[in-house]
Amino acid sequence: SVSHSQITRLYSRFTSLDKGENGTLSREDFQRIPELAINPLGDRIINAFFSEGEDQVNFRGFMRTLAHFRPIEDNEKSKDQNGPEPLNSRSNKLHFAFRLYDLDKDDKISRDELLQVLRMMVGVNISDEQLGSIADRTIQEADQDGDCAISFAEFVKVLEKVDVEQKMSIRFLH
Amino acid sequence: LDYQHVQVPFEITLWIMLASLAKIAFHLYNKLPSVVPESCLLIFVGLIMGGIIYGLNDKSPPVMDSDIFFLYLLPPIVLDAGYFMPSRPFFENIGTILLYAVVGTIWNVFGIGFSLYGICQVRAFGLRDVSLLHNLLFGSLIAAVDPVAVLAVFEEIHVNEKLHILVFGESLLNDAVTVVLYKLFRSFCEMPAIKTMDVFAGVGKFFVVGIGGVLVGLTFGMTAAFTTRFTKDIRVIEPLFVFLYSYLSYLTAEMFHLSGIVAIIACAMGMKRYVEANISLKSHTTVKYFMKMWSSVSDTLIFIFLGVSTIGENHEWNWPYIFFTVIFCLIWRALGVLVLTFFVNRFHINTVTSKDQFIIAYGGLRGAICFSLVFLLPDFRRKKLFIAATTVVILFTVFAQGMTIRPLVDLLHVKRKRESAPTVGEQIHIRFLDHLLAGIEDISGHWGQYYWKDKLEYFNSKYLQKFLLREYDQPKSSIVLLYEKLERKHAIELAEAGQLGHAPSHPSLLCSVFLCSHNDRTVITEKKSEDALHPDGLEDIQEILARNLYRIRRTGPAYSRHTLPGETEPVEQAQEILILQRRSL
Repeated sequence: SVSHSQITRLYSRFTSLDKGENGTLSREDFQRIPELAINPLGDRIINAFFSEGEDQVNFRGFMRTLAHFRPIEDNEKSKDQNGPEPLNSRSNKLHFAFRLYDLDKDDKISRDELLQVLRMMVGVNISDEQLGSIADRTIQEADQDGDCAISFAEFVKVLEKVDVEQKMSIRFLH
Repeated sequence: LDYQHVQVPFEITLWIMLASLAKIAFHLYNKLPSVVPESCLLIFVGLIMGGIIYGLNDKSPPVMDSDIFFLYLLPPIVLDAGYFMPSRPFFENIGTILLYAVVGTIWNVFGIGFSLYGICQVRAFGLRDVSLLHNLLFGSLIAAVDPVAVLAVFEEIHVNEKLHILVFGESLLNDAVTVVLYKLFRSFCEMPAIKTMDVFAGVGKFFVVGIGGVLVGLTFGMTAAFTTRFTKDIRVIEPLFVFLYSYLSYLTAEMFHLSGIVAIIACAMGMKRYVEANISLKSHTTVKYFMKMWSSVSDTLIFIFLGVSTIGENHEWNWPYIFFTVIFCLIWRALGVLVLTFFVNRFHINTVTSKDQFIIAYGGLRGAICFSLVFLLPDFRRKKLFIAATTVVILFTVFAQGMTIRPLVDLLHVKRKRESAPTVGEQIHIRFLDHLLAGIEDISGHWGQYYWKDKLEYFNSKYLQKFLLREYDQPKSSIVLLYEKLERKHAIELAEAGQLGHAPSHPSLLCSVFLCSHNDRTVITEKKSEDALHPDGLEDIQEILARNLYRIRRTGPAYSRHTLPGETEPVEQAQEILILQRRSL
């Protein structure tokens, strides 16, 4: 699925990030990337690379996470429908994003989880009350089964008009 | 009165002063620059000045000397464009850019040249003596576009990075192509007979000129980088080296009949990385400001001269020829863009949409280069005809197209927006995804798919950096410097407050300050949040979000000829994010 040259390139990147040279990356290695430090979602993105309870990620895990962001090729769409869905399918991409919201992994984005993310993305000029009303509004728009939380299916529905394939593809992994 | 003594510098200074005062005058009235592009206003001022001079002296006003243009006015403009060109996107798209610049320009030149020759054959217009070669020569000088207006529009509508760099890169390189072709055709004009060998020699010369220019530029660039390694104790003249070496590369290339424009671009792009790492922050700012200043002055002067020289007896008004020139410029530009984009889109994911193509084609304004090249033409019978045609084309494109491009783009965009206003959820999630993608791209390292670029990177880190950089460190962006500054500041404050590893006072201070000033707003929004899906509440929220959502790290180039790339906004945003993150730790 991923070409040989791309793997080589990502491996060079992996090793250049790996300052301790022990074949795995820790959270500090990621935090050393300056642009990530000022990305509002920086911490969450870093966490997405590490599995539950782990503090190190090897190259396989690194590649696996990045594989979600491979662009969807046209010829892949017609491939066998019976095989396992590739990591970079639209549904899996959205699932990846969903998991960044849903910290407690209950397959729902609760109001609190939404508030946390909103607070990270928004400037300091917004008060908690305003943020609360924005969160309420978001949930109201998306919620269809009335449980005041956004399930994965509702999340997918909200983004149905958005070109997720393009928005979640690294442009040069082509 | 000893006017003779000071005449030359005095007059030059007066012209520059006039140009700058005119600029102040435009910006005093706020709405004017957004409706009428600056170039139009400057031409207008030039027209007035020319009229005054004509009226006073009763002869044609001074015409710009070609040497002044090519030696003094053009280099700052090209240096400015080359220096602020973001290298990564440029090199990633270099193939496409070269395609548009070289093939596109050649297409335009030959298209316009041949069609105008066809027009000349029509007996009724009385143009039979304009030979094919002359038409091609004319075509070569009229084909170069100056997309400053297009770039300004792109600034506002946030096109994708690829498109931006395409237009930007194309504008830079097609000036070089134009000048080379022009000189080629001019040398053909002077030859009594043209054999096929000469044509091939011409094509070969094209490549030699280009590659030679690059080599000259790189040599000077590396020398500049090496020099700045040793400037630690004389910070004050550091900016001077940047300008001296660039200008030298231009002049040296011109001396060898190579392309000075390509040389100066290669020099700027080659030395930028190392020089910026070596020189102090203040020198860096100085370099950037001076570059903008000089290119701005050059640009302004050129347009004023354009206006001035329109008045007078320099022109032969043969309306059919002029009319068809304008038409053909438009047609060939549109065709060229269409055909080339068709090829480009077949090989890339980020396609150039038809709306983008329209903008690129429509934004083919002609500018300073055409104007100067036409005055450089050798004096032959029909020179004034060409001057007239060029003037009309420039005036038409700058006024008609320049003024209407923004409303047209707004029209195209509004149509798209009316299809579906994004819901609040969509807005938030889209921004979320954008941040996510920016983060992932930063992690995966932005490395392109080009073998040679990776090789170059390797070569650079192994050898060049050790040789050319003073401190063998990663060059730091302003954001990293800010981060370090904040860390240091924070550490100092903590040490002073005697509480290391723990800072409750700061974040709450921030919070309380902001909450206090927003008490009125919170009351109002509380009321509105009670209404389920109330339409007014929606607008309020969307407005709040639009103003307050953090912007994504700037991936696209923010190039404007008249202002420095914006630096204050992202820095404030970065500060806020860092403080928030520390609070959450």
